[in-house]
Amino acid sequence: MIQVVCIKQVADTETRVKVGADGRSLDPAGVTWIMNPYDEFAVEQALRLKEKLAAGEVIVVSLGGAGAATTLRNALAMGADRAIHLKHDGAGDPLQISRALATAVRATNPSIVWFGRQAVDDDAAQVGPMVAELLDLPCVTAIATFDLADQKATVERDIEGGREVVEVNLPAVFTTDKGLNEPRYASLKGIMAAKKKPIDEQAADLGDPGLNVLALELPPARSAGRIIGQGVEAIPELIRVLREEAKVL
Amino acid sequence: MSILVFIEQREGRIRSVSNEVLGEASRLKASFGGEVVAVLPCAADPGASSLGAAGADRVQVVTHEAFGVYDPAGYTRAMVQAIEQVKPAVVLFPASSLGKDLAPRVAARLGVGLASDCTALAVDDGALVAKRPVFAGKALQKIGFPKSPAIASLRPKVFAAGGTAGAGAVENVAANFDAAANRARVVRTAAAAGGKVDLTESEIIVSGGRGMKGPEHFALIENLAEALGATVGASRAVVDAGWRPHSEQVGQTGKTVSPKLYVAVGVSGAIQHLAGMSSSRCIVAINKDPDAPIFKVADYGIVGDAFEILPALTEAVKKVNAAHV
Ligand SMILES: Cc1cc2nc3c(=O)[nH]c(=O)nc-3n(C[C@H](O)[C@H](O)[C@H](O)COP(=O)(O)OP(=O)(O)OC[C@H]3O[C@@H](n4cnc5c(N)ncnc54)[C@H](O)[C@@H]3O)c2cc1C
Ligand SMILES: Nc1ncnc2c1ncn2[C@@H]1O[C@H](COP(=O)(O)O)[C@@H](O)[C@H]1O
Repeated sequence: MIQVVCIKQVADTETRVKVGADGRSLDPAGVTWIMNPYDEFAVEQALRLKEKLAAGEVIVVSLGGAGAATTLRNALAMGADRAIHLKHDGAGDPLQISRALATAVRATNPSIVWFGRQAVDDDAAQVGPMVAELLDLPCVTAIATFDLADQKATVERDIEGGREVVEVNLPAVFTTDKGLNEPRYASLKGIMAAKKKPIDEQAADLGDPGLNVLALELPPARSAGRIIGQGVEAIPELIRVLREEAKVL
Repeated sequence: MSILVFIEQREGRIRSVSNEVLGEASRLKASFGGEVVAVLPCAADPGASSLGAAGADRVQVVTHEAFGVYDPAGYTRAMVQAIEQVKPAVVLFPASSLGKDLAPRVAARLGVGLASDCTALAVDDGALVAKRPVFAGKALQKIGFPKSPAIASLRPKVFAAGGTAGAGAVENVAANFDAAANRARVVRTAAAAGGKVDLTESEIIVSGGRGMKGPEHFALIENLAEALGATVGASRAVVDAGWRPHSEQVGQTGKTVSPKLYVAVGVSGAIQHLAGMSSSRCIVAINKDPDAPIFKVADYGIVGDAFEILPALTEAVKKVNAAHV
C-alpha cells in the first residue's frame, strides 16, 4: 500500500510575529522553522500503518523553498521511505498549493493521502479537503482515531459537543487532529539512514491565485489590565468589575 | 449580486452559527444590491420559515434522506448546484467543524479561493475584503478575492446574529445526487457526556492549567464553570499529562476561542496558549505568580492560590446568581 503524507515547514509556535518589508508576509529574520505540528501526527499514523501491515511505502511531499527539504529530511529520519520536494519560493494560497500537491500525489497512485488538520502559519485548514476534491477522493478531516480493516477505514472526528464516526472506502484522504497518536522522535539510526534516502525534486505549477493577500497586520495590543488584589479578599471587587465594568456577569 | 449563505442544521435544529452568518450577510447586502439566499440541506425541514427574520430573502431547502447527518459529497454537490444557479457575488459558511470541512470542498470544485475562519468582512470599492487571524491570532491577514464568487467562512461567536429581516420565501429544491455512490459515510454521531457546549461556541470558559496540580482538583474548575454556566478548557500541559481530554485544549495546537469571558486559573500564559484565547472579550487570570505572563493579557487579575480562591469565587458567583434570578 502506498501512503503519501503532505508536510509543510512552518515558523516555530514560539515565534513573535513581525511583518516583513512587503507588508504582506512574515519577516523571516530570526525565525526557527519546524515541521507543522499537525503533520507530525500524519507522518506517525502513516508509519504505524505501514509497520502494522509490514508492507508498502510512505512517501512524504512538501512544497516550498530550500527549507522544505529540511522538513522532508526530518520525516525521512522518522521512517518515511522517500520524498518529493515541489520547489517553489514565495507565497501560495491554499488552492494553489492544493493544485500543485494534487498533481504530484496523483502520480504516486496512493491508497491513503495524509495531511495535518491545518498549518499553524496560515491556519487555513483547507489543503487536505481541497486536494481530495481535485483528486475526486473521499476525505475525512480532523480525525482523532483511525482503524483499518479490508480496505475500509473507520475514523472518528470531534464535532461541537460530540463525535462523528465515519466509514471510508480506500483510496481516501485524511487530515489529522491532535490526540490521534504520539509522534515518535527520529532515532540516531533514523537520522543516519535518512541521509541516504532519495528526495526527488520537481517543479511546481501553482496556477492562478485564488486569493490576494493585501496586508499582514498585527492585532491591536490588549491594553494592560490590572491586578485587582491578592487572595480571597479580592473576590468582591472582581465580582463588581465583572458586573459593572465588563458587564459579563 | 446576491449573497449565498450555507445554513447548518443538526438533528432537526438550525444551529445558531447559521444565524450569525445570516446576520452578517444581511449587513453586507446593501453593498451588493442583491438578495440573501439561504441554502439549507436537510432530511426534513428544521424550520426554514424562521430564516427570513434572521436575514434571508429566499431560502432553498435541499432535501435528501441522506442529509439527516452530514453528507460531505451530497452537501458539496448541493452547494455547488445552488451557486451555479444563483451566481452570487459572495458565498458564506460558518467556520464550524462542518463548515470548515465543507467550504474548502466547494471552493476547490469551483476553482476559486476561500478565506477561512474570518473575523471581519468589509466592502471596499464594491469588492469583499476579509480579515482573518493567522499564526493563531498573532497576526491578521487582509484578503481580497481575485475571482468570483468570493467565498469566506466566519468564525463562530464573532459576528452578531439578528440582521435586517428578509422576505424569507421558502423554495424546495430536489437534491440531485446518489448517496449509494458515497465512499465516505457518517455512520453515527455520539453526543459528548452531559451534552456540553463546545469551547468554540461557549460564552464563558474557565480553563485550568498545571497550577491545578492534578486531575482530581479539576472539580474546583468544574464547580466554578457550572456556577458561571461556562465550559471547561485546559492548557496543553494539562492535556498532555492526561488530566483532561484533547477536546478541551485551548491554544495554537488546540482550539481558538473568543468567549465574552475567559477565566484562566493556574495557567502561566505561554505564547501558544495566549494565541488561542487573546481575542476573548474579557480575560480574568488567577495565578500565584505575580509575574506570570497571563497577567499581561488579562483585564483583571487576582494573585493568589487557586485552591483558596476557586471555592470562594464559586460561592460568590452563586450568590450573584441567586440575587438576580
Ligand atoms: C508546538 C507547541 C504547541 C503548543 N501548543 C499549545 C497549546 O495549544 N495550548 C497550550 O496551552 N500550550 C501549548 N503549548 C505549550 C506551552 O508552551 C506551555 O508549555 C503550556 O501552555 C503550559 O501550560 P500551563 O500554563 O498549564 O503550565 P505552566 O507553564 O507550568 O504554568 C503553571 C502556572 O500555574 C501557576 N500556579 C502553580 N500553582 C498555583 C496555585 N496553587 N494557584 C494558582 N496558580 C498556581 C504557576 O505560577 C504557573 O504560572 C505548545 C507548545 C509547543 C512547543
Ligand atoms: N506547502 C505545503 N507542502 C506540503 N503540504 C502542505 C503545504 N501546505 C499545506 N500542506 C498540508 O495541508 C495541511 C493543511 O494546511 P492549510 O490548509 O494551509 O492549513 C497541512 O497540515 C499539510 O499537511
